[in-house]
Order: sequence, then structure tokens, then C-alpha cells
Amino acid sequence: MRVSLFVTCLGDRFFADAAADAVRLLRSLDVDVDFPKNQTCCGQPAWNSGHIPQAREMAAHTAAVFADSDYVVLPSGSCAAMLRCTYPRLLEAPVVAERSYELAEFLVDVLEITELGSGLEGRRLAYHHGCHALRELEVEEQPVRLLESAGAKIVPWEADQECCGFGGLFSVKAPEVSVAMADRKLDTLPDVETVVSADGGCLLQLEGRARRRGVPIPFRPLASLLWEARSGRA
Amino acid sequence: MDVHSRDYRARARQIIEETPEVREAVNAATQTFVDNRQNAFADLDGTALSRWAERVKSHALTHLADYLEEAEARLIERGAHVHWAETASDVHQIFERIVREQGVKKAVKAKSMLSEEIGLNPFLESCGVEVFETDLGEYIIQLLGEPPSHIVGPSIHKSLDDTRVIFHERLGTPRDASPERLAEAARDLLREAFLTADLGISGGNFLVAETGSIALIENEGNIRLSTSVPRIHIALVGIEKVLPKWADLPTFLQVTAKSATGQPVGCFVSMIQGPGGLPGGEPDGPEELHVVLVDNGRSRLLADPEVWEALRCVRCGACLNICPVYRQTGGHAYGYVYSGPIGGILGPGLVGLEETLPLPFASSACGACADVCPVRIPIPDLLHVWRQRAVERGLTSDVERSVLGLLTSTATRPRLFGWAEKAAGLLPAPVLRHLPMLREWSAGREPPRLEGPTFRELWDEGIE
Repeated sequence: MRVSLFVTCLGDRFFADAAADAVRLLRSLDVDVDFPKNQTCCGQPAWNSGHIPQAREMAAHTAAVFADSDYVVLPSGSCAAMLRCTYPRLLEAPVVAERSYELAEFLVDVLEITELGSGLEGRRLAYHHGCHALRELEVEEQPVRLLESAGAKIVPWEADQECCGFGGLFSVKAPEVSVAMADRKLDTLPDVETVVSADGGCLLQLEGRARRRGVPIPFRPLASLLWEARSGRA
Repeated sequence: MDVHSRDYRARARQIIEETPEVREAVNAATQTFVDNRQNAFADLDGTALSRWAERVKSHALTHLADYLEEAEARLIERGAHVHWAETASDVHQIFERIVREQGVKKAVKAKSMLSEEIGLNPFLESCGVEVFETDLGEYIIQLLGEPPSHIVGPSIHKSLDDTRVIFHERLGTPRDASPERLAEAARDLLREAFLTADLGISGGNFLVAETGSIALIENEGNIRLSTSVPRIHIALVGIEKVLPKWADLPTFLQVTAKSATGQPVGCFVSMIQGPGGLPGGEPDGPEELHVVLVDNGRSRLLADPEVWEALRCVRCGACLNICPVYRQTGGHAYGYVYSGPIGGILGPGLVGLEETLPLPFASSACGACADVCPVRIPIPDLLHVWRQRAVERGLTSDVERSVLGLLTSTATRPRLFGWAEKAAGLLPAPVLRHLPMLREWSAGREPPRLEGPTFRELWDEGIE
């Protein structure tokens, strides 16, 4: 099976190691991974803030880059939702829309993987559900099941499905509200060693606020934890 | 009511930083509403109910003139006076005439968001009428001189102790009075007002075209008293509140109460279809019933094919309760009578986009509101339409336009993009902190770590 990795702009710049872990993970499952070099940004920042021509331009670019891909896999729920749910509103024939998957969703729903390994034995994690993965892709169980099957305990968190306050440009247009939303997440966080999420924007938001407040918990991308689940290497 | 939405960010900041107890009170109350709502729908097919409710409201709105005229005819048959008001000032004139002709000195008022929308209380006071809000929450904020902070719970932002203080100052209750003692003090005072008022004012949750019935949902009995004891009753009803059939009403009463507070149905539901004492009509009730059908921007919104669905709103407040943005500040930050997600689509629709900016942007687009709306208003999509229009009309910031323009031109030139991702890592942190947007980011958060290679570089080196 052949898969194109769409690393996304945040993934390329801020979560390069996690994206590399996604490549290792997919290869370990006998998936042939390619990385079309002309990929850039999916256009979500422009779409969300109402700049439609710009969003359409970036969507058209991305659709062309992945035109020949059998599957496009993204280590990001919100960018995957942009391709699947929003591209049909921007482009005439967005075949890329129905071939795009968030990483955990791809593993569970397409590869039909139920367990990756036992590399997370004894780990206590909290899982932050990104809003677009949850409500647009309806990815809820897949990442949690994969983490649990590798031995992790996903500790119940009353705010695990609440927005972290990132929201793209919202985070800088209403920064005080955005930060208060992150505080709500942090204030309700149970006793865990790591917080995991499939979304880079959410991780930057939560980690940035946690570091400012001196909360010493790591916030890590799902792809890295899934690779640890498989490889046993932290 | 005046609109102060432009100050959204400043007001939100002020509330969060200077009155943390507001955030605490709003969070606790909305969480209770959210939990109760979830329990109320636990054994029901909520999706089927909301699909049905959506269809009934959409049908009523797309045949609005017919149903309104049917309701008017039924009301007139039963002896009510029906008035049509296009604007807030039309409503004011109607009230002024009735108040003057009838020599009204004192009015008791049931909770009505429409009356807030049209600024009724200050107007009546300018006509020399003493106005008593009779919903306990409304009464508290009336004493405080504040507008409602929530569609259903107007004083949601206040703690019990806030109420103790204002009641102590204004009604002379003990500083540490129990909630029961406070309610008793309000009841004594308001009972007197009910018995001596010339005029009762209410809104209307629904107006049934088939029977000309105004349905009102409440928990305190104050609406029943306001609409039946004084000799005149004026009901303010937004034209979008019409339902076609009597048989539609029971389900709407339940869906609204469950969505609002998680109750199976309101403690009291009043059905009003005419004044009292007429042959063949209601034995009890006011001598005169006036129904004011208010447009105030609704027809214009209805005629806008991209955003009209906002008019299905039944004012349950479920979207406010679930909204993580609303929950940080309560309603006052929004500077408009309707706050939260629904305010971001009703404001531009009823008042105008320029007047209510940045309300459509006061959302992280998380989509939680769409999950709970009992009439399936696609709130995130409608917020997005208003965002697009704001951009098209040049109402958004130059900085944002430049940044997104830069992103687009880089993102369609892959080599440049790869270089830019790499170069971003070379910028020294002090420079980054002062760039627009990053400055806002860094005020409350550490900036993202930029060091290390990009994924492109890792890929080129070969991933082992």
C-alpha cells in the first residue's frame, strides 16, 4: 500500500520529529510512504478567517500536489478535516477529499489495525480531542483505542472534548479569552504524565500556556506516542 | 439597546482579568445547564426531535406572512388588539400611546429578550412609568442597572453573595440572608407591584397561528401574574416566533425547556389567546390585551438566503451554555443583547455587520454549538458566512490581510515555502515576540519552539 504524507505547515516546522515518527510507524506496518515535496499549507487559516479566494488558491495547490496519491495521511485532525470537509466547498472536483485521513483514523479505519504493540505499558496519559477531528471527521475512539491497546491508561478528563482556545487566528484576535480557555483545560487536567493530541495547533496552545504558568507536563503529538506504542522506544 | 460590540476584546479582557468571579459563576452555572440538558435528552432521540423542530420552524418562516395574518385574525376574533411594529421606535410609539391613553403609572414586566433588544425599560421610564422586572434574575440585574448576561439566566454572572449585597443595600435584608430570605424579600415587594400595576408586559415564546395563542414558559409564576393581574397586558412577540398548528406546541415547549435548563417542561406554561371577561372567551385575565408583532430587522434577515436560518432560534441558550468562549466571560463582553454563538449570527443579521463586529469572530469555530441547537441552526457555518462578508467588505484588519496574503503567495510557491519554514527557525526569539500576532500570542503563552530541523530536512537526510 502506498500513502502520501501531508506533514502540514505546523507539522513541518514545529513537529518534525513526530512527523518522522509517523513515517517510521507507517513503514513498520508495511506501508510505502512518499512525501510530495511541493506540499505547503492546506489553507485552513485563510478559510477560518473568511479569506475565501486565498483559501481556494491553497486548496487548489494542495489538491494538485496530491492528485495522484491513493491515500493522503495527515498527522493533524484539523487539516485532515479541512481537506475532507471543506475542500468540497472550495473546489469543483476535490478527489483528494475522500482519500484524506488523520493518522489514527487511517490506521484503524483503513488498515484495520487494533493494536500496535505494547510500548506504552503503565503510562498514564490524557487525550485532548481536537474539535475538528471530533466533530468534522468524527474521530473519537480510534486514537484512544490504539493508545490503550499498547498498555496506556487514558485518564478521564472532564474537559477532554472542550476546545483548547486555539482556533487559528482566534488565538491572537481574542488572546485573553483564548488563554482563559487553555486555563480551563489545564485547571481540570487529571494527574497524568503526558497530554496527547492529534492536533499541532492545540498542542502549541496548551503547551505554550502550560510553560508560561510553569505547569511541568509535556504535551506531545499522537504520532510520537503511536510510534512508541509500536517500537517501545521513548 | 445600544450595541457596544466593538469593545469585545477589551471588555472580555477586563472581565477575565478584573472580575475572575464572573468567569467562575458563569462556568459553574453553564456546566449545570449542560449536564441537565444531557440528562433530559438521555432517553430520547434528540436528533429526530431536532430534525422535526427544524422542519416546522423552517416551514413557518417560509410561509411567515400567511401564518402571521392567521394569528392576527384569531387574536382579533377573541378581542385582542394587534399592532405591527417594524422598528424599535414603532414599538415605543405603540407603548407611548397606550400608556398615555390609559394613564399607566406602574408596569410589571415578565422576562423578555425582545424588550431588551428594543430598549423598552429606559423608554417607559422616560414616559414616567415605573417598571418592575418580576423574574428574580431580571429583578437582580435591574437593581444593579445591568443588562442580562444570558438569554435564559440573566444574572448568571452573579454569585449568591452579589445578590446578598445588593438586596442588603436596596431592600434592607440581612447581609448574610439565606437564599430563601432573599426570595421572600423579592416576593413581598413584587407581590405589591403585581397588585398595584396598571400594565403587565411579557414577551412570547411561541405564537400559534391556528389558534392565535401566545405561549409563555417560566418557572416562577411571575409571568402568569404579570399577564393576568394588571388590567392591561401587552405582549411583545418577534414575528419569527410563529408556529403553524396547536399540535406543534407541546413538542416545542418540551424541546425548549429541555434544551434550556434540562427540565421536562417549564414549571408554568401560560397560553394566552385574548383578554378576560368577554362572552365566550376567557373568564379571567386583563381587560385589554395588546399583541405587538415586532420585526426589527427580522424581515431583512429572512430575505437573506445565506443566513436566514438564524431566525429558527427559540432562545433556549443551549449554544451559550456549551460555548467555551462564552463561558470565559458571560454575556456582557459581547456588548449586544444576544451573546455567545447565536449573538454572532443574530447581531449582524438584525442590526448589521459593521455595528456588531467582531461578534462573528468571537468564536474558536469548535462547533459545539451546532451539536446542541434544538432547531439545527448551522451556527458555525453562518458565523463563517459573516466572516467572509466582513473580509469582502474590507472590515477586517490590514495586518491580517497582509499576513494571509503572504501565506498564500508563499504556500503556492513550494520552494519558497520550504525555505521560509527553515528561515523561521533562524529568527531570534526577541524579534519574534514583537511581530504582530506573535505579540498577542506571547502575552499569555510561551512562543512555540522553533529550533531544530524542519521535517523537509529530516526527509532529505533520510528517516531511519
